[in-house]
Amino acid sequence: MSFNHAIIEKNAIILAVCTLITVAIGGLVQIVPLFTIEQTIERVDGVRPYSPLELAGRNIYVREGCYVCHSQQIRPFRDEIERYGHYSLAAESMYDHPFQWGSKRNGPDLARVGGKYSDAWHKAHMIDPRAVVPESIMPAYAFMADRPLDYSDIDAHLRTLKLIGVPYTDEMIANARADVEAQKNPDADTSGLLKRYPRAVVSSFDGEPGKVTELDAVIAYLQMLGTLVDFRNVKPEQLRQ
Amino acid sequence: MASVSAAVGSDYGASASARSAEAPQYIDDVVRAGVVATIFWGVVGFLMGNLIASQLAFPVMNLGLEWTSFGRLRPVHTSAVIFAFGGNAMIAASFYIVQRTCRTRLFLGPLGAWCVFWGYQLFIVLAALGYALGITSGKEYAEPEWFVDLWLTVVWVLYLVIYVGTLLKREEEHIYVANWFILSFIITVAMLHLGNNVQVPVSWTGWKSYTVPGGVQDAMIQWWYGHNAVGFFLTAAFLGMMYYFIPKAAGRPVYSYRLSIVHFWSLVFLYIWAGPHHLHYTSLPDWAQTLGMTFSVMLWMPSWGGMINGLMTLSGVWDKLRTDASLRFSVTAVAFYGMSTFEGPMMSVKAVNALSHYTDWTVGHVHSGAMGWVGFITFGMLYWMVPQLWRREGLYSQRLVAWHFWIATLGIVLYITSMWVSGIMQGLMWRAYDEYGFLQYSFVETVAAMHPFYVIRLMGGLLYLVGALIMVFNLWKTVTSVAPARTAAAAVTA
Repeated sequence: MSFNHAIIEKNAIILAVCTLITVAIGGLVQIVPLFTIEQTIERVDGVRPYSPLELAGRNIYVREGCYVCHSQQIRPFRDEIERYGHYSLAAESMYDHPFQWGSKRNGPDLARVGGKYSDAWHKAHMIDPRAVVPESIMPAYAFMADRPLDYSDIDAHLRTLKLIGVPYTDEMIANARADVEAQKNPDADTSGLLKRYPRAVVSSFDGEPGKVTELDAVIAYLQMLGTLVDFRNVKPEQLRQ
Repeated sequence: MASVSAAVGSDYGASASARSAEAPQYIDDVVRAGVVATIFWGVVGFLMGNLIASQLAFPVMNLGLEWTSFGRLRPVHTSAVIFAFGGNAMIAASFYIVQRTCRTRLFLGPLGAWCVFWGYQLFIVLAALGYALGITSGKEYAEPEWFVDLWLTVVWVLYLVIYVGTLLKREEEHIYVANWFILSFIITVAMLHLGNNVQVPVSWTGWKSYTVPGGVQDAMIQWWYGHNAVGFFLTAAFLGMMYYFIPKAAGRPVYSYRLSIVHFWSLVFLYIWAGPHHLHYTSLPDWAQTLGMTFSVMLWMPSWGGMINGLMTLSGVWDKLRTDASLRFSVTAVAFYGMSTFEGPMMSVKAVNALSHYTDWTVGHVHSGAMGWVGFITFGMLYWMVPQLWRREGLYSQRLVAWHFWIATLGIVLYITSMWVSGIMQGLMWRAYDEYGFLQYSFVETVAAMHPFYVIRLMGGLLYLVGALIMVFNLWKTVTSVAPARTAAAAVTA
């Protein structure tokens, strides 16, 4: 062997630098192109940033670690498409910071759970899962029903997300707190909200008008999951990555 | 072979006693603290594992409290075992190994080492309390929020400085192979930690932050991190442990010097590419999935190269497995390493992954690695190192080591076989069709079918915990009631 490994073994700095170069290559090759190849995100219509109430619900989803038991990623298999719906697109999670695709299904996939169950079902299920699904092993989240949602700084959340590339407008940020209340109130004037966040579900969610609870936010988030892209209008070439 | 015996020569063999007079006073207080912390966090991690395993079998064990739900405690279990148990084992092992193979004291002295030790304990406590309170960044195995991440960065840089500094001031010509692996672990974990935790806090006084990459890019970066947390935290680092403690306990040099060079460079190069196998059939572009699968399959070879190097080191002294129960732990660990590093590449093949992904098969695979490889190699080290560090004649009881070994092995067997059955069964149930062409099972029917296997898994976990408690008792008695070693010098140079 013409190359003498002893050179590396006798110099800690050379060893460290060679190691760093060796371990850096794989990650660079796999990660950098995902930012530069434009087709990585499919070119479909309908995906928008989360409404303030949905975002607050998503943050509770993250806080409770829902992702350790629920995936949000439908694979392109016959059984998964029949069970859950169209396979997931990269475009559908493009505004997810962090992504919540999950890695384990102790419970079912939630990528398209939006609209499949009523708000009342979700409320009963979150308060006591076994009241509606006797075999369920999900923890109960009754405390969310009573706890008011803290959305005093929700505009700061939108501003932070805008900073890292989510297309929230100044108008969205200015109206963030009002939009939380409007989405919870079917009697309110929601034209502004729906213009800013098309297809947002306006509902009293937990069925109790007035104060916005954490449960309201979680249900608002669950009810929009997977509903933004209308697959009747999607052509196959739009999905090519 | 000449250079390896030069590198190892100081460390054991005929010259050891001759050189003992000039051996420096190694900094071992922090190593002893690392041993205690490893045992403490190990028991905590195993307890948490049993608690969350019981929650999947019996949901009432969620206790109805927001702080004790499965979603919040699962990261406590994974972080306690990987970062607290595994991390402290590596702090203890690396500080022990680097001083002896370099024949020099730690760079920056006891103060630097203590800062790493206590800084790391603070990181663990902040992270675990955060999870229970719902403070999480929501990325698997990288759950600590931004301020905890920053703190870990400070501690880890100090760890790197001490480690490289000690290598630089070594009194040996060659850097011994165990140190290559440990150095690669420290460097790579630093790279992964910084790469996967690019976050912007909502406010500097609040805990909440958002990760800068989103969606598919965040997914790729997360599993580049996640798989290599396995690859470097739980593999490269513990291979460093294997390359030191197995030759020490066996009293034989490493089987092949050339194999260790090939093993090292191919392992650290290939591992990094394997991340996308966690994202098969997702919205990650196919080219990345295929790359991840290909490199994962290739990774089988260096993994088994390392296994062969570890096992063949016992050539000529296999009989020690009958008499030395702690060596039995180390060698069985390498066998489990070989098993999981065959299973892993197999599961990374897309056709297999289509069935195994999202099921308990993955959980079983991870635990054969974590309990069998990481756990057993650490137990082997602890049984070897505690009498050395506390200068005792030997262990309190070899019989109890044997009891620990067989109880823990039975626990692992129950654990991984139940997860194989439940994982494959659930994967098949999800894709089963009836004679009319409809899906045969609703999702919740597949959940109900898991119950008996979750109970068996819990029994396996309990056995593993009982084994660990036997070890705690045995090591405690070793320190408190075994006579001090007769020749102090022998212990010092060990």
